[in-house]
Amino acid sequence: MDNRITRRRRRELVVGAVLLVALILLPLPIGDVYTRNLIIISILFAGLAQAWNILGGYCGQISLGHSLYFGIGGYVSTLLFVQAGVPPLIGMFAGGLVGGLVALLVGWPCFRLSGHYYAIATVVVAEIGYLLFLNWDFVGGAMGVYIPFKGDSWLALQFRTQKLPYHYVVLAFAAATWLAAWCIEGSRWGFSWRAVKDDVVAARSLGVRVFPSKMAAAAISGFFTGMGGAIYAQYVGYIDPDSTMSGQLAILIALPAVLGGVGTLWGPFLGAAVLTPLSELSRSYLGGSGRGVDLMIYGLVIVVVALARPAGLLSLFGLRRRAKGAPDGSPA
Amino acid sequence: MAALLRVDCVSKSFGGVAANVDVSFEVAAGEILGLIGPNGAGKTSLFNAIAGEVTPDRGEIRLVGERISGLGPVTCAERGIGRTFQVVRSFDSMTVLENVMVGAYARHRRTAPAMKAAMETLDFCGLASRADRPAYNLSPPEKRRLEVARALATKPRLLLLDEMLTGLTPTEAQSGVQLIRDVQAQGVTIIMVEHVMEIVLPLVSRAVVLNLGRVLTIGSPEEIVRNPDVIRAYLGDRYAAA
Ligand SMILES: Nc1ncnc2c1ncn2[C@@H]1O[C@H](COP(=O)(O)OP(=O)(O)OP(=O)(O)O)[C@@H](O)[C@H]1O
Ligand SMILES: [Mg+2]
Repeated sequence: MDNRITRRRRRELVVGAVLLVALILLPLPIGDVYTRNLIIISILFAGLAQAWNILGGYCGQISLGHSLYFGIGGYVSTLLFVQAGVPPLIGMFAGGLVGGLVALLVGWPCFRLSGHYYAIATVVVAEIGYLLFLNWDFVGGAMGVYIPFKGDSWLALQFRTQKLPYHYVVLAFAAATWLAAWCIEGSRWGFSWRAVKDDVVAARSLGVRVFPSKMAAAAISGFFTGMGGAIYAQYVGYIDPDSTMSGQLAILIALPAVLGGVGTLWGPFLGAAVLTPLSELSRSYLGGSGRGVDLMIYGLVIVVVALARPAGLLSLFGLRRRAKGAPDGSPA
Repeated sequence: MAALLRVDCVSKSFGGVAANVDVSFEVAAGEILGLIGPNGAGKTSLFNAIAGEVTPDRGEIRLVGERISGLGPVTCAERGIGRTFQVVRSFDSMTVLENVMVGAYARHRRTAPAMKAAMETLDFCGLASRADRPAYNLSPPEKRRLEVARALATKPRLLLLDEMLTGLTPTEAQSGVQLIRDVQAQGVTIIMVEHVMEIVLPLVSRAVVLNLGRVLTIGSPEEIVRNPDVIRAYLGDRYAAA
């Protein structure tokens, strides 16, 4: 059937494919390691923000605890590699599965809470997870786990000097999250989730199962977030609770989507493209020791965008036809 | 006549407020039943009970002989109860078509047939030209129509309309009445809540009058307008309000 929805979706696929090709070519002329690293981290966060968007954007369940799934995914693949020799290319799927499972465990009690209480509960649960890992000797406690280098290998996702392979790993990851979001947007699930976000009572009256919808969104979102954690751990070569499970990280995962436009296909990517370099640059120029300055700049950008463009950066481009929060008021 | 819906001694209180007290009536398949009564009479509460949104404290509700009270709104929707809301509840991040598709997915797993069914429903409700508009962008009467379209897309046997015509101009209300007749012609049974007697009574075969949560009387439109209790409930209400 040819109407505006199907045409729009086809166009999005084309734009996505073009962007993918551009990002495949992007690092080739760039020799400088610092810039390549910046691009890799930005793409990773674009994927993470999209993963967050699946639950927070489409289903409207604002999670400030995604660091938990990220960290656990990283630990699972790392420990599988270090303790059992399972190659991380496989381990990252295990990390994703456990991340999704934990997201379900968190959702089971927390989705019974509504609105802000859900967000608060996720903060608390993630903090508990962080403290558990900080004091758990088997996973290295506060020291974390170093991943021994065993030679360049795609299976182990280890490369001594090259950055390019990691670029393609995070790109494949981000593309997968995008494709998942694209499929969700056009499916029964996606419609149910958006209905749940907009108006629970109306959604129920149309036969939408609210709790299972939230759980499904959480599982998929947790899966990709856990996978991102596994890739990150392999990229930096070690894992500890501070770098992979902190509350600050939870915010860094959520903010690009919020800034770019929640519940949209391109918002999280746009947000990550703006925010991640900003955060990395401010961290390196304003001194790595001064933790928090980068977050202050982050905060400032968010406030400015929230005031000027409540619907997110994407609305600047007029791409966002269905802006949430119409002036005539939206249901609670 | 075969009863499609049976409401049997339904009572529901919220805190100290008795919203419905021992309400009983039947709805025949194919009819349009009016549900009228002054503000706070318990009309919306009763709709919430029939649609499964609230569970009655006592009594039961049966749809084609099967108990539906207490089964929840999702099951009620699956069994064939559709509803609109007194205060419009559109999905404001979606277009008009997407709103109706949410309803259509109740009967179609896949997107293409759901979209096709939603488009047909929009057409039926006279909203086809608005399909790609954001839902929040519609005028108030169009929003009411969207609520009807969304509910119709779930292919209900019984449609609950809560003040669908309230606040419309006479012309808008007239086209709303036509839509209700068209829906009935499709074989959908309707219960409609409405304040304006001049609009409800010509449309319905029978009306249930609620007052202070109780059934005051049930009867044909002629019986209702001549009933002294009804006149007192309405006039009393008006004097109290003044
Ligand atoms: N969820 C609720 N919680 C508390 N009280 C409620 C609730 N729902 C209804 N009530 C109370 O029950 C009574 C009946 O309300 P209801 O909304 O059913 O009346 P109504 O006949 O629809 O009135 P109106 O014509 O104003 O829409 C009112 O006193 C109302 O305050
Ligand atoms: Mg009411």
